[in-house]
Amino acid sequence: MTVPTIMGTETEYGISVKNARDPDPVAASTLVVNIYKDRGIKGITWDYDQESPLMDARGFVSEGETDIPDQENNSLINDVLANGGRYYVDHAHPEYCTPECTNARDLVKYEKAGDLILDLSRLAAQELLPTNQEIIIYKNNSDYKGHSYGAHENYLMSRNVPFQDIVDGLTPFLVTRQPITGSGKIGAENGASETDYQISQRADFFETEVGLSTMVARPIINTRDEPHADEALYRRLHVIVGDSNMSEFSIYLKVGITAIVLQLIEQDVVGDEFRLSDPVLAIKTVSRDLSCKEPLALEDGREWTPIEVQRAYLELAHKHISTADMSDVVSDVMKTWEFVLDRLDEDPMSLDRHLDWVIKKRLIDAYLRRHNLTHSDHQIRMLDLQYHDIRPNKGLYARLLKNGRVERLLKHEEIVQAINNPPVDTRAYFRGMCLQKFPNEIHSASWNSMIFCTDDSSLDKILMDRPHFGTQEMTGDLLRDCTAAELVQAVLTSND
Amino acid sequence: MPAEKQQDQKDKRTQETEEVQPDQEVVEQGEEIKEDLDQILDEIDEILEEDSEEFVENYIQRGGE
Repeated sequence: MTVPTIMGTETEYGISVKNARDPDPVAASTLVVNIYKDRGIKGITWDYDQESPLMDARGFVSEGETDIPDQENNSLINDVLANGGRYYVDHAHPEYCTPECTNARDLVKYEKAGDLILDLSRLAAQELLPTNQEIIIYKNNSDYKGHSYGAHENYLMSRNVPFQDIVDGLTPFLVTRQPITGSGKIGAENGASETDYQISQRADFFETEVGLSTMVARPIINTRDEPHADEALYRRLHVIVGDSNMSEFSIYLKVGITAIVLQLIEQDVVGDEFRLSDPVLAIKTVSRDLSCKEPLALEDGREWTPIEVQRAYLELAHKHISTADMSDVVSDVMKTWEFVLDRLDEDPMSLDRHLDWVIKKRLIDAYLRRHNLTHSDHQIRMLDLQYHDIRPNKGLYARLLKNGRVERLLKHEEIVQAINNPPVDTRAYFRGMCLQKFPNEIHSASWNSMIFCTDDSSLDKILMDRPHFGTQEMTGDLLRDCTAAELVQAVLTSND
Repeated sequence: MPAEKQQDQKDKRTQETEEVQPDQEVVEQGEEIKEDLDQILDEIDEILEEDSEEFVENYIQRGGE
């Protein structure tokens, strides 16, 4: 059984204050999140009652403490956005979560809207700092000194799929998708073998195959079982092994092809035939193989290149997903996937307008030659970091985009629109529109709840356990015609 | 040498000569790409953070997630 495609991404940004004597990333993160909050919807907190981050998909609850802030801190570090997304302080990073989307194209749009939200926050926060100090925000995954921060993807799946099927079917795919999804990085980290340049920012940080942690001994398959939806019907697969992408094209393919492979796993047509003999080693091998030609040992003794493994998944998709059932976006993702695999086979550098790690490598190679530098020189490290700088005038990716040197999927205006307008075809629509229409009557929100305070005496919670409900089609009229009290009444009555 | 084989060799030589002749179009494309890259490298020279050594050293994040 397959469920409707619902997906979203979470991005933790790196943050620094240039010329600050003792830059405090927590204070800087809180400043940028708060200053943006003051621009729009005020005082809404996050409903932590709906969270269960220690629930493990393998069927047990892990020991540990969850970090739930008090009311004041809750309001300080959380913002629920008009587009249905979430913006908050996660540990020492500003984090942006997209609203739930039904397709890869929308998800690119909402993820890129997040980069704009961070930049608007940065500009506003800058006003409060001494003139010689400057907030700099990077959409990358590492400080090159062994500290990694995440780029997480989330996919709704049917609860009926045994978790082991996901482990068997998805691991080889995630390991071999790196030449498509990598953002590129100078050097090695976390004790992994030395290299001048590698495809992935994150590969060196993965130490186990399966597990719950996202902060230490990171697993290729994360077992967090927190569906943010009806847990009898759904699981939310939390993919933590990807890189943050600047390139629209990289984001599009990353989430597009992963959603397709998960659909194949739901259809039970991917077995354990691609199981790698050592996925944790393979993830680093693939990340270091800039030719994309180095064979990987499969458990059954075969040796396949990463591209051959990807092609096998693509073939399964062609075989088992009928063209009649395919949306335009899925059909385009399949074609683009094939195009990229062909190019990676022939000459990966031919994708220097498309994929982050290739775009960046082209720049680094040329800059090395011009100034006769080596990969360990600080200018090259700076170039690597500055590729991810979200400032339009300073970020190298941003400059390439402006000069028409990288592929664009979306018009800039579409991305701007996505800052304040939710997707129309998921529950994010209901969340975003409620926040816009009833900012004073909403007490708190989460992915699957909205708590209204329409009079002084009580709070009413609306649960949204079906992510594909709450769409414009289903709730547009109600939202247009009702007061907050009427809306709550109407929804709670219809739920009875 | 049979005529046929001579012809073969001649063809081969012609091919070889043709291969070493640079294709004007490709050369022009190559130059354009180089100029194009030069332009972005100039930009990088201009906008790369000053004091990059100190900046890269001091860029330390706490792990997140």
